[in-house]
Amino acid sequence: MPEGLLELEDVEARYGQVRALHGVSLTVAEGEMVAVLGANGAGKTTTLRAVSGTVRRSGGIAFAGKSIARRSPESVARLGIAHVPEGRGTLSELTVAENLRAGAYTRRDRAGVREDEQRVLGHFPWLEERRDQRAGTLSGGEQQMLALARALMLRPRLVLLDEPSLGLAPKVVAEIFRIVGELNERDGLTVLVVEQNASLALDASSRAYVLEAGRVAVEGTSAELRSNESVRRSYLGY
Amino acid sequence: MLLAFDWTQLAQQTVIGLSSGGTWALLALAIVLIYRSTGVINFAQGEMAMFSVFIAWSLVNHGLAFWAAFFLTIAISFAGGVAVERVVIRPVEAAPVLTVVIVTLGLLFVVDGASKIFWSPERRTIPNAFSTRPINVAGVAFSIQDLGNIAVSLGLVALLWGLFRYTKLGLALRAAAANPDESRLLGIRVSWMLALGWGLAAALGAVSGMLTAPALGSFDQNLMQPVLLYAIAGAVLGGIESPLGAVVGSLLLGVFVTLIGTYVGWIGTTLRLPVALAVILGVLLIRPTGLFGRSEARRV
Repeated sequence: MPEGLLELEDVEARYGQVRALHGVSLTVAEGEMVAVLGANGAGKTTTLRAVSGTVRRSGGIAFAGKSIARRSPESVARLGIAHVPEGRGTLSELTVAENLRAGAYTRRDRAGVREDEQRVLGHFPWLEERRDQRAGTLSGGEQQMLALARALMLRPRLVLLDEPSLGLAPKVVAEIFRIVGELNERDGLTVLVVEQNASLALDASSRAYVLEAGRVAVEGTSAELRSNESVRRSYLGY
Repeated sequence: MLLAFDWTQLAQQTVIGLSSGGTWALLALAIVLIYRSTGVINFAQGEMAMFSVFIAWSLVNHGLAFWAAFFLTIAISFAGGVAVERVVIRPVEAAPVLTVVIVTLGLLFVVDGASKIFWSPERRTIPNAFSTRPINVAGVAFSIQDLGNIAVSLGLVALLWGLFRYTKLGLALRAAAANPDESRLLGIRVSWMLALGWGLAAALGAVSGMLTAPALGSFDQNLMQPVLLYAIAGAVLGGIESPLGAVVGSLLLGVFVTLIGTYVGWIGTTLRLPVALAVILGVLLIRPTGLFGRSEARRV
């Protein structure tokens, strides 16, 4: 397997005494969009948390060739990994504009930040007129898009996208995946996406891992997984 | 004979009320700052401010001019506030609210005890920042000290507002206080933001104390205890989560308490504190979110 931008090797994670990951290994190459699928409680969200350091983890986690297994969430973010957590994770008290500025908090290149703001507003034009609205007052779909827009403000090398479809109307979900797909194909954005909606995620990604009870049960290209009847029936439920 | 209403007295008493209210507002702001990030009222805030006043007193006694001592004390208090957070609060950052409350109570006694080790409990005086001479504004005599106190308080509030509203650091401080988990994912060092918040709160308390002490004439280790109560009352009145509310609430309370003391004979100056406590009780019963608070479901 080629050297990936992100490499997980036998990663374990636990919440208190409860082990949620029992040795997960996966790779994401630069420019790739990879999906992590599986049932509720399979460890999808925990996998992303292990990368960003928001859960206690052990095992090998390397980003751009360097180990990040012991880094705090703050310093993982500073490497250019933008984690969009489950349930949007917008800064609810702050305005839309402030959320975007906060996304670029660690960056020093002011000109680049302004440039990226224009680019992001190109993808989400409606954000412009909502600039001064508090993020907490946006609809669920709008908050999810704002969370994604804010992640882009980091000019990330890798985006961890957790369950973007959660609780949203199908039309909104389709729109979000369209934008993410566009960012991946056109701008070469590297994405590791966790998704309950397998068919949607397989359409958007090039490769996928299926987790079961904290382990990788199946992996392969999205096309393979889509066409494999037994995988679809036993793991993906469609 | 009918007596004409004494408008001059009303104007004078209002300014006196705003002057006290302004010093309470600074401590109230400190309390709100900590409350928003930690979720508790820092009961040691008043004693920390008292400690700052004694530092200022020592600096002045070593020959520093008042304003030099004033700014040096602010800097020392800021550093002290950061240090207190790192040493005392950080170990209980993830602990339940009640634990943190108990820790701030413990801190209250530690700071109080330390001040009594360093400084004997006799009454002392600190020079006045402003002249106590009266100045004539539109035919009414006000004390320069009161007007100066109001100016310093409101100036500091404006400065702080600018910091929070217009700077990247202010943005990070607000984000870290309201959404710590999400802020971490953005690379904001939340734990340090908490410490900076404690530093700012201690600095605000220091200014509050240094304006309070000269106004009292003489002071001892107890000088900030009533101020803390007024500040909590002001913050509750304005809405404990709202910085603007803390300022407006404290100013209103200052004017209210002063006027009621002036015009209601049996309250006078001796029963002012119970009036403040009645305000706390009244607000909590009638409108717990205060004047500017939003009622929001909140994770405790």
